[in-house]
Amino acid sequence: MFAWPAYNTLVVLAGASLLGMAGGLVGSFAVLRRRSLLGDALAHAALPGLCLAFLLVGRRSLPAMQAGALATGVLGVIVIALLRRATRVKEDAAIGIVLSVAFGAGVVLLRYIQNETTEGSKAGLDAYLFGKTAGMIAADVVFIAAVAALCAAAVLILFKELKLVAFDSAFAHVQGWPTLSLDLLLLGLIAVSVVISLPAVGVVLTAALLILPGAAARFWTSRLDRLLVVAMLFGLLTGAIGTLISAQVAGLPAGPLIVLVGAALFLISALAGPRRGAVARWIALTLQRRQLAKQRLLIALYEASDLAKTQGLLPGAQVITAGALAVSEAMPIAKARRDVRAGQRAGLLDRAGAWTERGASQALAAVRAQRICRQALRDYPELMVSRFDLDYSAAVADLPRELLETIELKLRREGAWPDNPRSGMTAGTSP
Amino acid sequence: MLRQPEHDRNADETAPAEATTARAAPPVVDVHDVTVAYHRRPVLWDVDLVLDEPRLVGIVGPNGAGKSTLIKAILGLVPLASGRVQIFGQEVAAVRRRIGYVPQRESVDWDFPVTVLDVVLMGTYGRLGWLRRPGRRERDTARECLAHVGMADYASRQIGQLSGGQQQRVFLARALAQQADIYFMDEPMAGVDAATERVVFDLLAELRRQHKAVLVVHHDLRTVPKYFDYVVLLNMGVVAAGPTADVFTTKNLQQTYGGRLSVLDDAAEALQKQQRSR
Repeated sequence: MFAWPAYNTLVVLAGASLLGMAGGLVGSFAVLRRRSLLGDALAHAALPGLCLAFLLVGRRSLPAMQAGALATGVLGVIVIALLRRATRVKEDAAIGIVLSVAFGAGVVLLRYIQNETTEGSKAGLDAYLFGKTAGMIAADVVFIAAVAALCAAAVLILFKELKLVAFDSAFAHVQGWPTLSLDLLLLGLIAVSVVISLPAVGVVLTAALLILPGAAARFWTSRLDRLLVVAMLFGLLTGAIGTLISAQVAGLPAGPLIVLVGAALFLISALAGPRRGAVARWIALTLQRRQLAKQRLLIALYEASDLAKTQGLLPGAQVITAGALAVSEAMPIAKARRDVRAGQRAGLLDRAGAWTERGASQALAAVRAQRICRQALRDYPELMVSRFDLDYSAAVADLPRELLETIELKLRREGAWPDNPRSGMTAGTSP
Repeated sequence: MLRQPEHDRNADETAPAEATTARAAPPVVDVHDVTVAYHRRPVLWDVDLVLDEPRLVGIVGPNGAGKSTLIKAILGLVPLASGRVQIFGQEVAAVRRRIGYVPQRESVDWDFPVTVLDVVLMGTYGRLGWLRRPGRRERDTARECLAHVGMADYASRQIGQLSGGQQQRVFLARALAQQADIYFMDEPMAGVDAATERVVFDLLAELRRQHKAVLVVHHDLRTVPKYFDYVVLLNMGVVAAGPTADVFTTKNLQQTYGGRLSVLDDAAEALQKQQRSR
């Protein structure tokens, strides 16, 4: 049961929400600039710094430990850059090396502290592995708020510059922007938001707080400014909900819970997001498929009625029979029957099988689009190649008017310009 | 005039009067002794190139000849192992506002969450400088540039929805929005549809009329005489450089491409066309 949270819980809630917002904001840029793994390496490399600071100061001092974390975290990133530059090691391998070696060293230091010092066993340094939000006090939250505000201010002021460098850094360089400094600034923002997250989320999972909100937000919008807002909102939700659950269930570390909440948000976004979410894509695809099927049906029915009309092939040419359709489209009679019934269900044909007014006009439009498209593909291939679309109407939609008129004239001369099948019927019934 | 300068350091000293009177304005582009290497393998080797007047220049050569690298070296995007580059008689860093750049299409992530107009607006960032956001004037400029490449209707589209040719046009519009005096284009005609190629051609012609300098990395030998006043034939070093009519010869092409026949057939066809049109 959810009771009204106590003061302590509110403090923790505020802190975790702010962490999530900062992570979402900075992380979105990190993801777009393809630097998200760097955040992961940085978080892992922070662990030895935390421990060294503890050993040096001799007690649990948050500022000192965060300074230590920042120092070795950034050092780790520098080592990655050096490895890449000086050796033939590629970036992903360099990140992997630094991440695991630094984490290994950190865990060794951590166990050493817990075994050898009396302070260490009480200090709860273990929490830095997977995070523990319960220990958060108001002063921590104020500090987190200050860092989050700093990140927000930097992004707000340098939005244009960060966007440019993230999208096309070569262009930015040619235009005279100091791309290296801007990259370093982004790295600095990543570093500080990682370091403030460490006590709550832990070194192992901090990167998820950077990556998940931005990646999830991408499913909801294709504009960077909106994406940042959505990512911050997701970050806030992730931090807050994860913390709430962790506060309710004793003994569960906050980091994994926060990550799971973030993953749930990501999953929901991937399924339901309107931009590229799976459901949205499925709906669009289904609609498109239906549209295409209808167009094909209209054209097939039109050809059948046209054949019946001109050839006088079958009696009762006013009516499109499955037989006429089967002959004109060379399809099995069973499929022809199904198609005629589909046309009747869609209200394109009446019960007898004659065109309805709506069916006739839609068929006319579809056939005209098809013939224009085919003619244009023959006469102006270079124009049509980039436009060609399975949906004929879409393919010819933005052709210039003069061109359409030229093609129509040509089709008329060849007697290939389709007429309204209903008006054609009445004229063509006398044998 | 595009030329390969003589390697005579005393030339200016022996004829100082002539040098000062004959050349009032500094060369548009001056590439001196440039070598670029990845690790220890040279990609460009001792490249010397001077473009005295703003012209349309095609940079042509086989795959891996260092065409793109030459542009990147001039723009300071790859470190020089040796040599120096000047544009309008100054260091490149000092004239960045006057440079327009069309990178290769593949160099960016087209899934990036920005609209077409956003990308074109990036061309105006250089003039805006720090802190200032693009306003109505920049938006109008960007829209004009989009209209110029026939993409006005696509302004609010997400860039991921564009075809290859349309992406290329967006990059061209962005370079136009830079309102530069010299443009560098990296394979703007690679893999685009005929309509886009037409747009590029018209654009080049217009830039020529406006006396802009344009250096274009180009891969299609057949269209070289049609597009460019000057040609640089490149294969690690400059094989030949100068007016298209003088330099774009079978002999020079053979030297550049090492006698690969299919390529030379294309070129021969282009040369014949060129001669007929005279």
